Amino acid sequence: MRFPMKIVERLLEGVFKMSSSITSIVILLIIIFLFKEGFGLFRSPVVENGYGLYINSKNPIADINPTQIKQIFDGEIDNWKTIGGNEESIYLFRFDEIFSIYTDEELGENYQFLPQKLNNIIAENSNIIAFFPKKYMQEISSNTKEIATKNIEITDFVLGKEWLPTTTPSPLFGIVPLVLGTLLVSFLAILIALPLGLGVAIYLSEIASNRVRGIIRPAIELLAGIPSVVYGFFGLVIIVPIVQKVGNISAGETAFTGSLILAIMALPTIISISEDAIRNTPLALRESSYALGATQWQTIYKIVIPYASSGISAAIILGIGRAIGETMAVLMVTGNGAVIPHSIFESVRTIPATIAAELGEAPIGGTHYQALFLLGCVLFLFTLILSIVSELISKKQTSKTA
Amino acid sequence: MMIEAKNINFYYGNFHALKGINIAIPANTVTALIGPSGCGKSTFLRLFNRMNDTIQNTKLTGECLVNGQNIYDKTVQVDDLRKNVGMVFQKPNPFPKSIFENVAYGLKVNGISDKKYIAERVEQSLIAAALWNEVKDKLHQSAFALSGGQQQRLCIARALAISPSILLMDEPASALDPISTSKIEELIHELKEKYTIVIVTHNMQQAARVSNKTGFFMYGELIEYSDTKKMFLNPENIQTQNYITGRFG
Ligand SMILES: Nc1ncnc2c1ncn2[C@@H]1O[C@H](COP(=O)(O)OP(=O)(O)OP(=O)(O)O)[C@@H](O)[C@H]1O
Ligand SMILES: [Mg+2]
Repeated sequence: MRFPMKIVERLLEGVFKMSSSITSIVILLIIIFLFKEGFGLFRSPVVENGYGLYINSKNPIADINPTQIKQIFDGEIDNWKTIGGNEESIYLFRFDEIFSIYTDEELGENYQFLPQKLNNIIAENSNIIAFFPKKYMQEISSNTKEIATKNIEITDFVLGKEWLPTTTPSPLFGIVPLVLGTLLVSFLAILIALPLGLGVAIYLSEIASNRVRGIIRPAIELLAGIPSVVYGFFGLVIIVPIVQKVGNISAGETAFTGSLILAIMALPTIISISEDAIRNTPLALRESSYALGATQWQTIYKIVIPYASSGISAAIILGIGRAIGETMAVLMVTGNGAVIPHSIFESVRTIPATIAAELGEAPIGGTHYQALFLLGCVLFLFTLILSIVSELISKKQTSKTA
Repeated sequence: MMIEAKNINFYYGNFHALKGINIAIPANTVTALIGPSGCGKSTFLRLFNRMNDTIQNTKLTGECLVNGQNIYDKTVQVDDLRKNVGMVFQKPNPFPKSIFENVAYGLKVNGISDKKYIAERVEQSLIAAALWNEVKDKLHQSAFALSGGQQQRLCIARALAISPSILLMDEPASALDPISTSKIEELIHELKEKYTIVIVTHNMQQAARVSNKTGFFMYGELIEYSDTKKMFLNPENIQTQNYITGRFG
C-alpha cells in the first residue's frame, strides 16, 4: 500500500509543478510578445510603407520628423526656414496633382513617363516637397533627393499631444490625450464611487441589521458579475440622454458619463473590500472606544476608519485598477474623441477603448498595429504599478494586525 | 454603597446567563470576582458600564445602581455613565495611535479641546498608571511599540484620563508575564485610594493579594460574597471551598 501511494504523490507533485511553470511561462511570453510588438514602433519608418518624401537636391534639409511632416501637410508650417532650411515657402506636392499637370498621353500608356515627369517637377521647384510611391522613383536623378524621415521616438509617443493613427503621409501616435482621458475618467469614477462605496460599507457593517445585510451584500456582489457590455448599454440608453439633458450639452457621451458608469462598476469592489476591512476592526477596539464614552459615530470615524484605512486604500486602488482597464462600457459612452480633454463634459477616449476600437482596422505589423501594442504596454505598466502599491499597502495592513 | 445589584437576571437570547444576583460593593475597595469559566463574571461586570447594550438580542431585569442611581434608567446618558465607570479589558488593546493620543482619546471624544488641559491629564494619568517614566520621551510614538505589560498600563491610563470613580477590570493581567502582572497588582493597590475597583480574575492568589472583598460565581449565580480573608480562610459554602481548594491543591 505504501509504495503506490508514494508514486501517486510524486506524480501529483510533478503535475502541480508543471502546471505552475507552464502558467508562469505563458504569462511571461504574453508580456514579452506585448513589449516586442510594441517597441517595434520605434524601429519602423514613420512614412507609410512603400511611400517616400522627395525634395529638390538643392534643399539643405536632410531629415524631418513625424510632427514636422504632419505640420507641413496640414499647412501649419509653410516655410522651409521654420525647420532649418532656406527662407522659402513650401510647395506641397501630392501625388495625384501630377494628373492635373500632365495629360494621360504625356504620362504614357503604362505611366512609363511618370517617373521622368516627377523628376522634372522636383527639379524645377527648389521649394517642393513631394509625397508619392517609391516605385516611381527607382532611379533618382541628381536634381532630386529623398528626404530621410526619422523614426518615431519614445518622446514622440510619450509626449505627443495628438493621436492621429491614419493620417498620411505620417501618422501621429501621441498618447497624451489617451492617457489623460484614461486618468480623467478613472479618477473621476473613484471620486464618485468612493464616498458612495464607503457610505454603503459603513452602513452594512455598522448600522444594518443582519437581515438587511444578508439581502444587500449578495445583491452588491451580483452587480460585480454583470458583463460590462450590459453596463455600457445601460449607460448609452439611460445615462447618456440624462447627462445630455441635465448638462444641456450637444452630446451626452462625455468623460463624466464614462465615470458614472465606471463608478457603478467599481462600487462592488470598493464596498466589499472596505466592508471586510471595517468588519475586521477588532471588537476590543470598538468596545474600548465605547467604554471611554465615545458615541458610535465617534468610534466609526476615529477608530474604525483609521484602523481600516489600509483596507480602504486597497479597495480604492483595486477600484481604480478596474476602471483603468475597463474597455467596453467606456467605449460605448465616452464618445471616443482622441483629444486632450478640457472639461469633464467633453468626449474623451481611453487607452483600452482605443485598442478595442482600432485594432480591427490596423494592418498587422504596421506602425498603427505596433502603436496599439505599445498602448497595451502602457496600460500594463499602469495596472502593474497599481497592484504593487496595493500589495505594499496590504503588507502594511498585515504587519499592523500582527 | 458605590455599586449595587438588585435581583439581576440577564439573558442572551434564551440563555439565562445571570440568575438573581444581589450584591453591594462599597466605595474605595477592590472587589474580586472569581468562578469557573463561562459562569457569567464578564457578563456581570459589563452590566455596570452598559457594555452589554451593544450585544443584540439580550434582556435584563432587576436594578443596577451606581451611586444610588439606576443606570438603566431612561434619563441616564450612556456616555456620561461610561465617563464615570472606566473599563480595562483582558487583552491589552491600544488604539492604532500614538501613546499620547491613546490617553487623550477619552477626553477628546467627550468634547474637551483645551490642549494644555489634555496634556496635563495625559501626564497625570500616565503617572497614575505607573507608566510615565517609561514613555515620557516617546509620547508621540505608536502605542504598538510598547511591551504587552506597558500596553496594558497604557490602557489603564487611558481609562483613568477621564477621571472615572469606578474601574472595571476584566482579567487585566491574564495575558501578561509575572513581572508585568505584579506591576499591575501594585498599581491596583495604589488606585484603590481613589477608585472603586471591580476585578475579574482566574488567579486565586491574585484575588487574595489585591482584593478586600470577593464574590464567587457559578452557573450564573453569585454563590458567596464576603471579605476576601474570610472567603479564602473560611468559606461558608461548600462549592466555594471546593473551587478555592481545588485551584490551590
Ligand atoms: N455575546 C454572547 N452571546 C451569547 N452568549 C454569550 C455571549 N457572551 C457570553 N455568553 C455566554 O454567557 C455565559 C457567561 O459568559 P461570560 O463571558 O460572562 O463568562 P465568564 O465568567 O466571563 O467566563 P471566562 O472566565 O471564560 O471569561 C457563557 O456561557 C457564555 O457562553
Ligand atoms: Mg470573562
